[in-house]
Amino acid sequence: MTDLSIYVHIPYCIKRCGYCDFNTYTPSELQDGATLEIVSADYIDAVIQELQRAPKDVVSTIFFGGGTPSLLPAKDLGRVITAIRKHNGLRDGAEITLEANPDSVTPEKLAEYISVGFNRISFGAQSFVPNVLATLDRTHNPDNVKKAVDAARAAGFSSISIDLIYGTPGESLDDWRITVESALALDIDHISAYALIVETGTKLAAQIKRGDISMPDDDAMADMYLLVDSLCEAHGMSWYELSNWSKPGHECKHNIAYWHNAQWWGLGPGAHSHINGERFWNVKHPSAYKTRVFAGDSPIHESEKLTEEQISDEKIMLSIRMREGISYDDLAPHHLERLANYKENGYVSLHDDRVTLTPVGRLIADRIVRELVM
Amino acid sequence: MPAISLDKAPQPAATKPEQIRNFCIIAHIDHGKSTLADRMLGITEVVEARNMRAQYLDRMDIERERGITIKSQAVRLPWRSGIDGQEYILNMIDTPGHVDFTYEVSRSLAACEGAVLLVDCAQGIEAQTLANLYLAMENNLTIIPVLNKIDLPNAQPEKFAAELAKLIGCEPEDCLRVSGKTGEGVADLLDQIVAQIPAPVGDANAPARALIFDSVYDSYRGVVTYVRVVDGHLSPRDQIQMFSTGVRHEMLEVGVISPEPLPSKGLGVGEVGYLITGVKDVRQSRVGDTVTTFNNPTKSALAGYKDPKPMVFSGLYPLDGADYPALREALDKLQLNDAALVYEPESSAALGFGFRCGFLGLLHMEIVRERLERESKLNLISTAPNVVYQVTLDDGREVRVTNPSEFPDGKIAVVREPIVKATILAPSEFIGTIMELCQERRGLLLGMDYLSEDRVEIRYTLPLAEIVFDFFDQLKSRTRGYASLDYEEKGDEEGNLVKVDILLQGEAVDAFSAVVHRDKAYAYGVMMTSKLRELIPRQQFEVPIQAAIGARIIARENIRAIRKDVLAKCYGGDISRKRKLLEKQKEGKKRMKMVGRVEVPQEAFVAALATDADIEKVKAARK
Repeated sequence: MTDLSIYVHIPYCIKRCGYCDFNTYTPSELQDGATLEIVSADYIDAVIQELQRAPKDVVSTIFFGGGTPSLLPAKDLGRVITAIRKHNGLRDGAEITLEANPDSVTPEKLAEYISVGFNRISFGAQSFVPNVLATLDRTHNPDNVKKAVDAARAAGFSSISIDLIYGTPGESLDDWRITVESALALDIDHISAYALIVETGTKLAAQIKRGDISMPDDDAMADMYLLVDSLCEAHGMSWYELSNWSKPGHECKHNIAYWHNAQWWGLGPGAHSHINGERFWNVKHPSAYKTRVFAGDSPIHESEKLTEEQISDEKIMLSIRMREGISYDDLAPHHLERLANYKENGYVSLHDDRVTLTPVGRLIADRIVRELVM
Repeated sequence: MPAISLDKAPQPAATKPEQIRNFCIIAHIDHGKSTLADRMLGITEVVEARNMRAQYLDRMDIERERGITIKSQAVRLPWRSGIDGQEYILNMIDTPGHVDFTYEVSRSLAACEGAVLLVDCAQGIEAQTLANLYLAMENNLTIIPVLNKIDLPNAQPEKFAAELAKLIGCEPEDCLRVSGKTGEGVADLLDQIVAQIPAPVGDANAPARALIFDSVYDSYRGVVTYVRVVDGHLSPRDQIQMFSTGVRHEMLEVGVISPEPLPSKGLGVGEVGYLITGVKDVRQSRVGDTVTTFNNPTKSALAGYKDPKPMVFSGLYPLDGADYPALREALDKLQLNDAALVYEPESSAALGFGFRCGFLGLLHMEIVRERLERESKLNLISTAPNVVYQVTLDDGREVRVTNPSEFPDGKIAVVREPIVKATILAPSEFIGTIMELCQERRGLLLGMDYLSEDRVEIRYTLPLAEIVFDFFDQLKSRTRGYASLDYEEKGDEEGNLVKVDILLQGEAVDAFSAVVHRDKAYAYGVMMTSKLRELIPRQQFEVPIQAAIGARIIARENIRAIRKDVLAKCYGGDISRKRKLLEKQKEGKKRMKMVGRVEVPQEAFVAALATDADIEKVKAARK
């Protein structure tokens, strides 16, 4: 029996950031003039009710993402953890992560999260340079990140992560260096660094379309990636997935479950699940989700049963992102022939019967995936 | 009432030549030919008022393209003259209106004794009309100058009457004034056609001779051949023979168009009508050929027959390689109705399998391409059009080049290229601009005449290759659309021409080779290399793009190696989305072409070769 991972979606934010297209809502978007308490009142009930549909396999990771999960009080989130423990059972040392906004935590709140079972926290810092934060529409003061990290450590979190974004319009390579060095100066165990993606329909996309601001080119983005990679490695944080670096033993087990195509269940509106070769996802809007769940109906919006080819493509697409790469066992001889060129040009290395990416190879991972699956 | 009902009018095969008047209307597009034709159909009552609709003959034309009815190329109109009260038969013969079809126009004109020169009196005469007018005058046709659209508020009949009078050597007051829209002056025009245009003359007892002035394929009837009988008589019982080939055909039907096809007992001297023989291919019934009877054949053909000669060549390729057989089928079908279209298979490293097609000119090329796309639902890409080069090598060997990539690499003694005589009509304020353009395009000024105080006719000789390369677009844009252009072949001349190859990572891309004047080789090289640099995605290694004359590199750009092609984030919900994108890209990969080690999306080739309109089409097809 394989372990189950559970994702819990908290679809609320106090304010929507200009670059974000996640499935999240401000209270007033959901209900005119409403507070967070009002719109979220029965949300945890709905999540716990949906949990009853999930398989009963023992759970080894739980990840509360959003939205801004740290907006909800520990007792609410704790009810979900308790319900999971009851419905599935939790492995000893199960990883339980909270995504948090550095502005919305206090030492007291952090202690409460620890007391309900959280042991890992991930702060959305994005940048330490004020003008970059302003372009991203983020309001927090960079100094708050240090306070939040220290408070989390003091409260007892055993693994602390920071999310960073590079390639914001107007961000220079030096800005990015400041951000990465500031993050590495903190008492953290893990960094996720993402290239900014301009999603259609966001405020940022509109600003770019109007010509108010422009995206850095791919070459600048590539330089930023190579910089964060070298700084992290020099700081004892090794890459274990394309956009993730950690101290040994602090890799995010929950995310690794995604990349290993393990079994996982997503609770909440828009949440995706992957169970027994089938992917399915819930209706997107919180109200529709609650209505379905409370009526005793399935909140699943769509599902797909993966074909052999799709399973194999996904396996290549996901495992090439990992440090350990792809085993020759998962490839056909013609795959390796096609990679000869890339090896010659320094993008991949072929050792110990595994295909792994070099730093410049990671930058063109999607192209190498296309080469392999076509 | 000057109209005569059809059944009471003189009948086909029983109409004396003295009663017949054969004429065509020479007019520029938009100058109101269709509306005037409608008026003539109405006023002569061959179309009843309740059946009348706008652009009656044109409508039939569209239907013909769908293969439903027969095009009305020559309409028989009975008319009682308002001047002498006698009954007449007027045959109105259509003429194609474009420079590419000069030969077809000349055959239509040869079927007539007179021409109505129809000019919009708000716009004045246009270059193509002028060219056709000169053609008519060379054929000794009687010209009746007519100013149309006199009902328009901005009409300037005096100005343009003076212009026409000067052109054809008449008095300004000889120009008739009509309005196709209101019908004003149309009856008078018909009377003048009778009065001024001579009746046909021919020997009724001689062996039959009839001129083919059009030949149209109809999917139900086979080829419909339009003829003007010069001597003798054609009857439904005859077996006919084509003079140029000697091939004999059974006559299935003879008739006249009035304006629906009407089988008749035959056609006599001076009469115009159609023949149906069951032939399935217009090349067996060629425009300009002489039709005679098998039992009593003529010994001398009518003058002026020519084989159509393609002047402009272009490679046509299906966007989707799987459509190649469909393209072949479509070309085969189109050739049934287009004796001037030639094609042979060719393959391109860049574009796959396609056909090298020869056309009479640019318009012919556009028409063919549009019909292929529209009627056979094909998405096509065409290479830049080129002319035919006659290359003599140092060793004396002669090579005829219809595809620039086949231009010989050896020591070249002489290259000859086709030359045209171009006539441009424009407001005189644009003289400088036009001369500048023609100079840039290696033009040689032949002369210039004022048509009126502010309109001018400029004559140049130009290499056809320069016209084929966006000359018309440039002319239009530099004269704000006021200039009109016509040209005719004037043989060939030696040119200082070189082949420019475009190389991707050292490999020539055939579709981009061009033969250009030596002075323009560098500009072409720079233009093409920088265009491709924008269009070709970055590869895993650096790719040089070079332009070369032989082994000499004249321009170079680099596509730098790709640095980044990855989505940073890939968590639970991203996986399906990312895999679906991958599946879409798998599809796209099939459209990638390999040039050596370089992967080039077909779109890049299309965009590099295509006009803006093509690019829009490709985008639409991808949606």
